[in-house]
Amino acid sequence: MTNNIEDYRKLCQVMLRSNRKDHFDAIGIKINKVDSGFVCMSIDYKESLVGNPDTGAVHGGVITTLLDSASGFAAGTVLDVLGLTPTIDLRIDYMGASQPHKTLYGEAEVYRNTRNIIFTRGLVHQGDKNYPIAHAVGTFAKMGANTFKGYRERILKAYDQLELPNE
Amino acid sequence: MSNLAKVTIMARETNNVNVLIDAIPYAKLLGVRGKEGSELVFHLPPSESNVGNPTLPAIHGGAIGGFLELSASLHLIMKMEVLKMPKIIDFSLDYLRAAKLVDTYARCEIVRFGSKIVNVSVEAWQGNENTPVSKARAQFLVE
Repeated sequence: MTNNIEDYRKLCQVMLRSNRKDHFDAIGIKINKVDSGFVCMSIDYKESLVGNPDTGAVHGGVITTLLDSASGFAAGTVLDVLGLTPTIDLRIDYMGASQPHKTLYGEAEVYRNTRNIIFTRGLVHQGDKNYPIAHAVGTFAKMGANTFKGYRERILKAYDQLELPNE
Repeated sequence: MSNLAKVTIMARETNNVNVLIDAIPYAKLLGVRGKEGSELVFHLPPSESNVGNPTLPAIHGGAIGGFLELSASLHLIMKMEVLKMPKIIDFSLDYLRAAKLVDTYARCEIVRFGSKIVNVSVEAWQGNENTPVSKARAQFLVE
């Protein structure tokens, strides 16, 4: 059984939408694109994400969450069997504060996929990719062969039960 | 004087970081509190809105990262003598164990307070402080 990207896109939807009150929901993360080795996600601006009430800039933790999610999902796209990849570490450089009232886009790609570890890099921008506000590198673990036994069936079943809004 | 500067002064004078936390929307979203009656320890109570993986259930890695990053900046603001908001330059986060949906705590240490750059280390644990769930290093610019 190989990991097909359509199944993986369904997994992403299940992760983001199956639990209405979870952290994805609290932060308001959306999936923009899922391809093999690449994921783009976004967060729309809202007051509850603000870290500096004087400037209205969102807290760095929101950007960490966006990069952790985009990088982690990107890592999962290169697995042989549908599953998840726990984060080992994540390193983020903040090149500048985010502008308030503008959407944050997080893009991540796998730059090396090895037997046990997946290496990613990613960035966050607010519309202009050439002017990122944060950059990240991450490492993600591949779990043992039996960890995700029966997982695909559970995910596809959960996907069928999702109430997907019209987009 | 900015509103954040006012609450920072109040938080320092009363030695109560929660005064500052109450002014930061993202801190309220996570539900972070300063642990009462202790030397600056941060507490993240279990909350459904911080869950990332419902099947375990585990706290979202991003929520853990946000908690540590927020703790580092709050710790620094409380310990600094000047009224400037530190800007984060970089943040390095090691996930050591899956964070279960239970009480999580964080303690920070200012490793070096330079003329412009401050290095802060953070450690988060659940239950036993000797088995941390995650460790982080944050560097801030204070100018």
